[in-house]
Amino acid sequence: MALATSPPEAAEAARPDRYSSDAAGLGRLRAGVFVAPALLLVAVFLVFPALWVLYLGLTNYRLTGAAAAAPQFVGPANLIEAVSNPEFWSSTWLTVEFVAGSAVIGQVGLGFTIAWLLRDRRGPLKRLVEGLVILAWILPSAIVSFLWVALLDRDAGTLNALLGIQGFAWLLDHPMLSIIVFNIWRGTAFSMMLYGAALGNVPPSHLESARLAGASGWQQLRDVVFPHIRGHILTNLLLISLWTFNDFTPFLLTAGGPDGKSEVLAVHVYKVALQSGELGHGAAVSTIILLINLVVAVFYLRLLRSKK
Amino acid sequence: MALRKRSMGVVAVLAATGLGLAACGQSSGGGGDAIELTITQNAIAGGKNAAGADFITNWVIPKFEAAQKAKGKDVKVKFIPSGVDDEQYKTKLSLDLKSGKGADVMDIDSIWAGEFADAGYLKPLPDLVGADADNWDGWSQIPEAVQGMATFNGKKYALPVGTDGRVLYFNKTLFQKAGLPADWQPKSWQEILDAGAKLKSSGVPVPIQINAGTAMGEATSMQGVLPLLAGAGGEVQKDGKWTGASQSMKDALGLYQKIYGGGLGDPKLQQEAKGRDKSFQQFAAGKIGILMEGDYFWRGVVNPKTGVAKMADRDQVVGYAMIPAMEPGKGIRGQDFVSMSGGALRAVNPNSKHPKEAFELAAFTLSPEGLKEETKGGNVRITPRTDVNKEILAGEPLLTYISEKVLPLTAYRPPVAVYPQVSVALQEATAAVAGGTPPDQAAADYQKKLEGIVGGAGNIAS
Repeated sequence: MALATSPPEAAEAARPDRYSSDAAGLGRLRAGVFVAPALLLVAVFLVFPALWVLYLGLTNYRLTGAAAAAPQFVGPANLIEAVSNPEFWSSTWLTVEFVAGSAVIGQVGLGFTIAWLLRDRRGPLKRLVEGLVILAWILPSAIVSFLWVALLDRDAGTLNALLGIQGFAWLLDHPMLSIIVFNIWRGTAFSMMLYGAALGNVPPSHLESARLAGASGWQQLRDVVFPHIRGHILTNLLLISLWTFNDFTPFLLTAGGPDGKSEVLAVHVYKVALQSGELGHGAAVSTIILLINLVVAVFYLRLLRSKK
Repeated sequence: MALRKRSMGVVAVLAATGLGLAACGQSSGGGGDAIELTITQNAIAGGKNAAGADFITNWVIPKFEAAQKAKGKDVKVKFIPSGVDDEQYKTKLSLDLKSGKGADVMDIDSIWAGEFADAGYLKPLPDLVGADADNWDGWSQIPEAVQGMATFNGKKYALPVGTDGRVLYFNKTLFQKAGLPADWQPKSWQEILDAGAKLKSSGVPVPIQINAGTAMGEATSMQGVLPLLAGAGGEVQKDGKWTGASQSMKDALGLYQKIYGGGLGDPKLQQEAKGRDKSFQQFAAGKIGILMEGDYFWRGVVNPKTGVAKMADRDQVVGYAMIPAMEPGKGIRGQDFVSMSGGALRAVNPNSKHPKEAFELAAFTLSPEGLKEETKGGNVRITPRTDVNKEILAGEPLLTYISEKVLPLTAYRPPVAVYPQVSVALQEATAAVAGGTPPDQAAADYQKKLEGIVGGAGNIAS
C-alpha cells in the first residue's frame, strides 16, 4: 500500500491551518463558556415554560378542584375544545382588529407622520410634542388605563363633558374602538422615536437631488425615504405587532366586556386559565397564540431578509 | 415532587401568557423562638371591608399576641391586606395554595370550600390541628345551617365567620315622589314591576337594579338569579340533580327581560367592569329606586360611617323589604318570600408551619369578646354565634329583621366543587337576557353549557 506523502511545502502550508483551527476551537470554547449562562437562562425561563405549557395543554389541569390535585392526560381535547369555542374565534378576530388598527395602521402610521413632520424642527414645539407623546409611553399601564376609564366614563367622564354630551358609554358602545385609540395614543412614542432616528440616517443629498429632479413630496417619500428606512419599518412592525398581540392592557380598560366584545386573545387566556381556573385549556390556547406569533415573526423576518 | 410540578405548571402558564400575577401571601417563617403567623382577608384599611381590616390590625393582633405571651409563647402576627374583586382574591389564594404558600389563616367564601378541599388546598380541621378543632367551645353556639357552610363531605374544613341574607332596598324619598308607600312590601314580582313603572314615570333614572351579567360575578347569582329562581319555586340543585331550562329558570330570566327590556333597569350598568360599585354609588346618589342586595350593602356600602358609598341619612331614607316569590306561595317550599344566604369561612392553611397556633388565632377572632369588638361602632353584622348575636344586633333594625324574618326562609348554595362554574353559566344567561336574548333561548343555552359542566344531561332534572 502506497503511503500518500505530502510534499514539504504542503506540510508547511498546513501548519498555519492547524494552528488556526486550534485557535478557532479555543475561541469557540471560550465563546461557549461566555454564552452558556445566557443560554441556561433562556432554557430555564423561555424554553422550559414553553414546553411545559405544551404539555399542560394536553392535560385537564385546573386551578382548583380535583383536577388540580390529580391532573389527567387528555391528549388534544383542549385544543379541539379551544378551536370549537366561538369565543376563541371572536377573540382571534378582535385581536386581528386590535393589531391591524392600533399597531400596523395606528402606531406605524402616526409614529412615522409625527417623526416626518418633526424631522427638521428644533425648539419648544418639537420638545412639547415629543414630551406629550412619550409621556403616555413611560407611564405604567395601570395608571394610564385608569386615566382612560375615568376619561371615557359615561357619567363623570371628561370626554363627554368636553363634547357636551351626556350618557355616551364609550367603553361599552365602542369597546374595541376605544381600546385601539388608547393603544395608538400609548404606543405611538416608540414608533416615533424609532422613525426619528431612522430619518436622521437618510442622506440629505439624496432628498435634495430628488427635489431638484422635480420629485413631489410623496415621490420623495416613496422613492428615497422608504427604501432607506425599510428595515426600520419592518423591525418596528414586527415588534409592535407582537407586543400588541400579547397586550393585556385591554383587560384593565374593559375586562373583555361588554359580553366579550373586547375580549382579545390575551384576555381570553386570562379568563379561561385564571378566572375559570381551567389551566389546561388556557395552556392549549396559549400554545395556539405561540404558533400564531411564530408565523407572524417568520413572515416579517422573511420580508426583512428579502431586502438583502 | 407532585406539588413542585404543579407549582411549576402555574409558573409556566403565567410566564407563557405574560401575566404577572404575583402571589404575595407567605407562609410563616418561624425565625428564632418566635412563632410568626400571617392572616389574610379581602379587606384593606380605608378601602374594601375596612372595618374588618381595622379589627384584625388594631384588636386581634395585639390582643392575641398578648394572650399568647401570657401562656409563655412568643407569637407575632402579621395581617396581609387585599382590596380586590372577590374573583381576583380567589385566584390569588388559589395560586398561593397551589404553590405551597399562603397566609396561615385565610378568609374564603363558603362556596369555595368544596373546590379548595378537592384540590387539596384545605384539609379537615381535625386532621390539621387534632382534637382542638372538635373541642372548640364555639361550635355549640353556631347553628347547624351555618356550620354546614364549613362542612364538606361530612368534615369541617374551617370556622364559619357568619351568615347573611338578601332583601329589596328602596329609596323612600324617590318612593314618596312616585306616590309609593314608605313601608312598601311587594307580595309578587308584578308588584315590583308596578313600583318600577311608577318610579320611572316620576323621573327616576334607574327604577330597578337587579344584578345581571358576568361583570358582577357571584353578586349576579346571589343577588339576582338565585333569589329569583327560588321565587319561582326552583333550586339550582336539588336531590343531586341540577336545574336546567326548567319553567322556574325561564320565569326567573323572564323577570330580567321585563326589567331590562322594559326600560325599568339599566342594561349597560350590568356590563360595566365596575357596574356593581357604580350601582352602589347611584343608589347612594338617589338615582336608583329599588336594589336587590345582601346585608353587606347596608353594613359596608351605605353605612354612614364606614361605607364605600356613605349615606348620612341612611336610616331615614333607605327602606327594605323581603323578596317576594313570583306569586304568593310559589316560592321554594311553598313560601311567600325568599332569600339566599352565604357567608365567609376562616380557614387554616395546610401549608402553615404552626397549624395549632393558626387555629387558635382563627378561633380567637371568633371569640365572644372578639365578635363584640368587631361589631362596635356601627359595624354590626350577623355573627355565627347565637350567644352574642342578640346583644350585637340589638339596636340594629335591619340585621335584626334579617336575622328574625329572612334567615328562617333563606336558602343556601350547593356546597359542591362544581358550583362556581354553574354560577358563571347562570351569570352568562342573565347577561344574554339583559342584552336582548329571549328567556327561553337563554335558558336553553344555559342547559347546554350546564351539561358540559355537571357531566351530561343525566345529571340535569328533566
